[in-house]
Amino acid sequence: MSVSTVRYETVIGLECHAQLRTRSKLFCSCSTAFGQAPNLNTCPVCLGLPGALPVLNRDAVVLAVRAGLALNCTIHPVSQWSRKNYFYPDLPKGYQISQYDRPFAENGHLDIEVGGETRRVRIQRIHMEEDAGKSLHEGFPGSDRHTHIDLNRSGTPLIEIVTHPDLRSAEESQEYLTRLKEILEYIDVCDGNMEEGSLRCDANVSIREPGAELGTRTELKNLNSIRFLGAAIEHEAERQAGVVEGGGRVVQETRLWNSADERTVSMRSKEEAHDYRYFPEPDLPLLVVDEPWVGELRGTLAELPAARRRRFVGEHGLSAYDAGVLTSTRALADYFESVVELCGHAKDAANWIMGDLLRLVKDDEIDLKDLSEIRLRPEMLAAMIAMIDAGTISGKIGKTVIEAMYRSGQSPESIVETQGLRQISDTGEIEKIVDAIIDANPGPAAQVRSGKAGTIGWFVGQVMKATEGRANPKSVNELLRKKLAG
Amino acid sequence: MSPKPATIAELARDYREGRARASDVIARTMDAIERSEPGLNAFVSTRRDKAMDEARAADAAFDEGRPVGTLAGIPIAVKDNMHIRGEPTTCASRILENYVPPYHSTAVDRLRSAGAIVVGKTNMDEFAMGSSTENSAFSPTRNPRDPERVPGGSSGGSAAAVAAGLVPAALGSDTGGSIRQPASFCGVVGLKPTYGRVSRYGLVAFGSSLDQIGPLTGSVADTARILQAIAGFDPLDSTSADVPAPDWIRELDAPVQGTKVGVPKEYFADGMDAGVAERVRAGIDRLEGLGCRIEELSLPHTEFAVATYYLICTAEASSNLARYDGVRYGLRAGGDTLQSMYRRTRMAGFGPEVKRRILLGTYALSAGYYDAYYLKAQKVRTLILEDFRKAFERVDLLVTPTTPTPAFRIGENIDDPLAMYLNDIFTTTCNLAGLPGVSVPCGRIGRLPVGMQLIGKHFDEGAVLRAAHHFEQAGGFDG
Repeated sequence: MSVSTVRYETVIGLECHAQLRTRSKLFCSCSTAFGQAPNLNTCPVCLGLPGALPVLNRDAVVLAVRAGLALNCTIHPVSQWSRKNYFYPDLPKGYQISQYDRPFAENGHLDIEVGGETRRVRIQRIHMEEDAGKSLHEGFPGSDRHTHIDLNRSGTPLIEIVTHPDLRSAEESQEYLTRLKEILEYIDVCDGNMEEGSLRCDANVSIREPGAELGTRTELKNLNSIRFLGAAIEHEAERQAGVVEGGGRVVQETRLWNSADERTVSMRSKEEAHDYRYFPEPDLPLLVVDEPWVGELRGTLAELPAARRRRFVGEHGLSAYDAGVLTSTRALADYFESVVELCGHAKDAANWIMGDLLRLVKDDEIDLKDLSEIRLRPEMLAAMIAMIDAGTISGKIGKTVIEAMYRSGQSPESIVETQGLRQISDTGEIEKIVDAIIDANPGPAAQVRSGKAGTIGWFVGQVMKATEGRANPKSVNELLRKKLAG
Repeated sequence: MSPKPATIAELARDYREGRARASDVIARTMDAIERSEPGLNAFVSTRRDKAMDEARAADAAFDEGRPVGTLAGIPIAVKDNMHIRGEPTTCASRILENYVPPYHSTAVDRLRSAGAIVVGKTNMDEFAMGSSTENSAFSPTRNPRDPERVPGGSSGGSAAAVAAGLVPAALGSDTGGSIRQPASFCGVVGLKPTYGRVSRYGLVAFGSSLDQIGPLTGSVADTARILQAIAGFDPLDSTSADVPAPDWIRELDAPVQGTKVGVPKEYFADGMDAGVAERVRAGIDRLEGLGCRIEELSLPHTEFAVATYYLICTAEASSNLARYDGVRYGLRAGGDTLQSMYRRTRMAGFGPEVKRRILLGTYALSAGYYDAYYLKAQKVRTLILEDFRKAFERVDLLVTPTTPTPAFRIGENIDDPLAMYLNDIFTTTCNLAGLPGVSVPCGRIGRLPVGMQLIGKHFDEGAVLRAAHHFEQAGGFDG
């Protein structure tokens, strides 16, 4: 076990930036679509041209407030925009419009479960701000000499969610980020895509001997996956413990996580830190979110994942594990509930979705958030489960049908009809086949009759093979036992 | 001195009655502007060809009896910090010398929609920072009343163009007096509307919480006509107010009898030019003669206005001008590193006064100084606003001198920023409080005009213009 985990307690606070899922930018009507040709989604406002002025996108406020409510924050009726001033080539105005001393939401919390225990992570504040553009250092003719600027992202709406230093391990931090991501996705506030940068996380990390005052913290940046967050925190705690054990002092600084080398490197010290010269943004009025509006937004807030998990266990009788899997995205949970609503068989629905559907979806590398777009509609799966329940097809055939539905988008009825998959429940028809197979295999038949009961399974397999799996397995079993009785 | 130029009303009547053609008027205007250069230097750029095209289109509309806008065929000059799409906006700065905006400013767009023909862009102090138009990167403008003197600033080119009779009206912008002070120095009418009355969209920002576009004209009635065209809510400017615009022109002739006019004693302080004080006092007597009830009162925080103003406007400017970094548009001076490119671009692109204000503003916002400077200035700003609120419980209007002195000599104050800043002593309060203020001529000292300022309640340009109109009618154009 490492020095840091034995002797020191790691104290972590997270600052997460989430891109709000609006169609247009925070202060202009340009599209927020990802992956466009550079500088296509721009206008005088997000290019920071002289004389252009910001106009607030109301949709962004709706999403931001929804996040604030989902994270149990107090929503301030009046908050203020501020300018954060710094020079950078991809920051076209030379300042970022953000919120500083008067954020729109404060004093929230998010409960996480670690090692079977619930821990409350306090959220200090959430504020809104606009994103900067991107500096492109490669991929263009002349990239060896020039940096190119893409301002498509400039002005994209973000919220920054800042926790108190309430986290005590990499694992807790990862759990917090996982739950935060899940909530933001659930309430349609953020698509949670960490690779594309829709969700970004910085970690403030310090170590101390248990019970001591907070140590000097470093800020870790460039943590663009949940795994990197954990790795970076562990490495940083180790590094700090090494510094302290070596008789040194941790220096307050910003450190960049390098995932290739698996270590953090110093980016800038406290002395080099920017003086952002925040002041109230004179181009925008105060942001007013009055109580009736908050009430209205509270009313439209989707059921949060933790509540839904509890309900899936209580109402649908699922195990905690199954409920966890099925609520991992809102689209999956919605899918499951649609199926259950139509066919009434919660456990069967859970099994089909978790077993077959998720495998198919995973093989095709479809994101679980996009589940509502697959060809296999919930009503089709519900119909198939009903057909199994009614004995129209066997459960085994169900595996063929679900895949066919998934590929073709055809209804289970039509697949069963066109492929002749209907279950053979007519005992007369099955009996003929059973008799033929017994006649053709006198050796194994004798074995069964002489008491080697295991061989009966072989006969079941032969019958199913002959009927292409369509024979009612119950009837097949009964008939074989009768005919091969000793 | 040229003969008294035609007003908008006169020109419009001549067009209507077929006694003048826009193409003739615009051609004469362009010729006159050319003759005035380079002596006057009121313009940074002119747009003869485009203006002539627009004039011919206006003539065709008149000829065919099609409906035309209220300003159809009227030549107008626009300060070079407001955009016309596809045409240069320089802000009289090297850093924007070759900048061509891809969009229109709302105010200019509205003027042109009303039929006005923009003949050119007027000279100004660089980025509207100054009180003399000497801070232009393209040479100072001279005062048409006395070429040895400044026209005031920062809208000096607009004031000079109107005073020289080149155009009946011009647009300026006013952050701390930049319309009213040059109007006063040049002997024309200049209105700074209520903050929020006119959209700032497409006006290159200097001090965003103070900037306001307004008219400079030869008469109060023409100021009302221009205001009528440019005022009103603009969804592209979040600080523009959704307040209905009354019919200012019609309201000009409503009686002023019984209007309560306050005279704030702090505006007649020691050190003021005696001639200015005398003429403004005479102006106040004239208002009384028109039936206004004059009352002396106090605006106790006035003495802090200039300091407050220079902290707030420089703080905002330091941020507003950060975008001129050589990365996307405007001047770029090469450098080996990003930092050196920034440094060299801004060193070469900005003049000394702009640099001074960026430094002052950066300092006022810096960690450790913010509370003592910027925040305190905001608190004093609230106190100044409160002074006005109390005063307007008692009176309808306030009357003050526009400036403590008449136009000073070119070069006289250029090395003394503080003396230059004190020119704004009577005008910054309107900007800090967001109130409408007009400067009207109220006499001369020798050749030099003196201006009287009338300040009204928020969005009560009506009362300001009405009193100014009656005042002007009672005293003749030159007071």
